[in-house]
Amino acid sequence: MKTLKILTVLALLIVISAFGFQSVFNDEDSNSSAEGYQIGDVAEDFSLKNIDGKMVSLADFKKAKGFIVIFTTNHCPYAKAYESRIIALDKKFKSKGFPVIAINPNDPQKNETDSFENMQIRAKQKGFTFPYLLDEGQKVYPKYGATKTPHVYILEKESNKNIVRYIGAIDDNYQDENAVKERFVEKAITALLKNEEVKPKTTKAIGCSIR
Amino acid sequence: MRELKMQFLLPIFFCLLFLACKNEGEKTTDKQQDKIESVNFNGFKKNLNKNDNKLYVINFWATWCKPCVEEMPYLLRLEEEEEVELILVSLDLPKMKNSQLKPFLKKRGINSKVILLDDPNSNQWIPKVNPDWDGAIPATLIYKNDTSKFIARPFANYDELLTEVKKIM
Repeated sequence: MKTLKILTVLALLIVISAFGFQSVFNDEDSNSSAEGYQIGDVAEDFSLKNIDGKMVSLADFKKAKGFIVIFTTNHCPYAKAYESRIIALDKKFKSKGFPVIAINPNDPQKNETDSFENMQIRAKQKGFTFPYLLDEGQKVYPKYGATKTPHVYILEKESNKNIVRYIGAIDDNYQDENAVKERFVEKAITALLKNEEVKPKTTKAIGCSIR
Repeated sequence: MRELKMQFLLPIFFCLLFLACKNEGEKTTDKQQDKIESVNFNGFKKNLNKNDNKLYVINFWATWCKPCVEEMPYLLRLEEEEEVELILVSLDLPKMKNSQLKPFLKKRGINSKVILLDDPNSNQWIPKVNPDWDGAIPATLIYKNDTSKFIARPFANYDELLTEVKKIM
């Protein structure tokens, strides 16, 4: 009787651990969001108003090898926690051909903090070194399939098309920049610069729903 | 004379009653706020697959998240009117526990079970809550034993929430 109990427990453990491993392996390279861009898709260009009042398109960056498109916003604490890391990414990779393009996808009427004026103020306070665009009319983020802020799309230019190479988080710690172990975006760009495969291609992170 | 006495005593009586109630309310919320546990995903995951015939409503939220706060009254009403175990899983940054989370619960007199999920490597644990979830909040898991439904959007009204719950019941 006792052995039977032990055996049952053992069997249960094996089943549970199998499920556990399965979910760990499933993490990578699975992109379950049905809408929006998937890895390998061509991202459409856009023309959105920057905080300096000028319109910005991807086509304006003639020398760029690609882009770090980041949907981010003013009000979201997770996005705020990433602001200085986004500036660092731009500093590191703009000169290497991958500038940051930040887009605020939220409707300012739903949250005054996300208004164009407040975007200008925030960018000045933090010293943004990259365009910070307003997705006026909220037409761009649904095409990408962005659901939250911050949400990153790395694009690589290939015969004048922008191919989606990475979708997800900036790194593996949304709370504390000093405790980061894996820098997903940095890793992806470094791979692209060496003509290597990006790995992982998709990651997930807690974020503020786009409204 | 007697009427006068009543006139005098009644307001005092009500004042006392009011104070007593108020104190009582504050006491329970204080108690609740002391009970907020901060756990990492390993400590939290037992809440996702209990097999005890109870219906669980696990809501992922944060105090500053507007759509989360907007749907919260529906969740609280559900907990009051139906046989459900509600767990509010706060994803507030841990440093906000005392400055935001506790005052928020106190102000609204929320006595439901609240857990602060403090696990920064969300790329690891988000798919374990549900493979279709990409991490945007609010998100709600409703389950009873082996039947579950994951809803990665806010509830527009109480009936919408109730309908989902009835499907699992």
